[in-house]
Amino acid sequence: MAEPDKDALFQFLLRIGDNTLILGHRVSEWCGHAPVLEEDIALANTALDLIGQTQLWLGYAAEVQGEGRSADDLAFLRDVWEFRNVLLVELPNGDFGQTLMRQFLFDAWASLLLPRLAQSADPRVAEIAEKAAKEVAYHIERSADTVVGLGDGTEESHARMQAALDYLYPYAGEFFLSDAADIAMAAAGIAPDPASLRAEYDALLARVMARATLSLPESRFTHKGGRDGRMHTEHLGHVLTQMQWLQRAYPGCTW
Amino acid sequence: MSSVNPGALPEDEDKARSARAEWPLWEVFIRGQHGLNHRHVGSLHAPDAEMAVKNARDVYTRRNEGVSIWVVESRHITATAPGEKGPLFEPSESKIYRHPTFFDIPDDVGHM
Repeated sequence: MAEPDKDALFQFLLRIGDNTLILGHRVSEWCGHAPVLEEDIALANTALDLIGQTQLWLGYAAEVQGEGRSADDLAFLRDVWEFRNVLLVELPNGDFGQTLMRQFLFDAWASLLLPRLAQSADPRVAEIAEKAAKEVAYHIERSADTVVGLGDGTEESHARMQAALDYLYPYAGEFFLSDAADIAMAAAGIAPDPASLRAEYDALLARVMARATLSLPESRFTHKGGRDGRMHTEHLGHVLTQMQWLQRAYPGCTW
Repeated sequence: MSSVNPGALPEDEDKARSARAEWPLWEVFIRGQHGLNHRHVGSLHAPDAEMAVKNARDVYTRRNEGVSIWVVESRHITATAPGEKGPLFEPSESKIYRHPTFFDIPDDVGHM
């Protein structure tokens, strides 16, 4: 196995940690606003799980970077162009159905990736993935059930879920775009090549969407530019103005 | 995010009724540790039994409270009527001989 390249490992950890950070923040925006109390608490739990995973991924990323930074520094002191999350997770929540559709598209990917990362040649990656995999196994059960329940629900809920899928599916392909850093991770046995997960992901989506009576768009076009940081959507900047507000207004503030 | 307006009143009474009737109420029972009984911890709304278990997991086991969850739709519970508590419960108040307080329990037995 090739010796893992530090920069590639850092990129890999930022990508996975920024995904959970930004999605965790997005989901937390529902706190106190969800349609029913039970869903409100469930979403808050999911958000907290994702932020907890972020602490581990970005904590390790900061160690690998070796510049004396912490997970908090990475989360709160970087600007838009330094984030490496896929575009999907920064998209607005929309209605409850759109939020759950986005969650399912993310959970489906995470549920395939994390068990593989649990076998990583890097023991830290394996350890974090093992913990996260248990949380995600529950997340996907919940999000898949909700997608099925709302998709195969009333005329209105079906229409909303189909609209959410049509809007979000063109962002799902970004998970599977491999670049040099990914190839280096795969060569070092640290993580699978993202592209190698696509077939299983498609099969999982096809199963759930069939139960949900929803039609997957035929086009494989995918928006991209998040995981390589070339071009985020305009939404990420708005997320950061809220998420990083305290550190921007009161630099270095702790409590 | 979609806007929410908790103060908004339903347009008519039918709508209000159907919104309330949408999800049935479930009673939740949690087993705290192996060997203990399931205990009633509260209730919640859910569209079906599977979601009721998931909601119970999210609402009632956030702080590591349990190892097992039971849910039952509230309408399946038959309860005593408050008005009948006299005939039902008062007769046992005077039957002190039903309490095993006249025996010396050996210390080794512990809680009985």
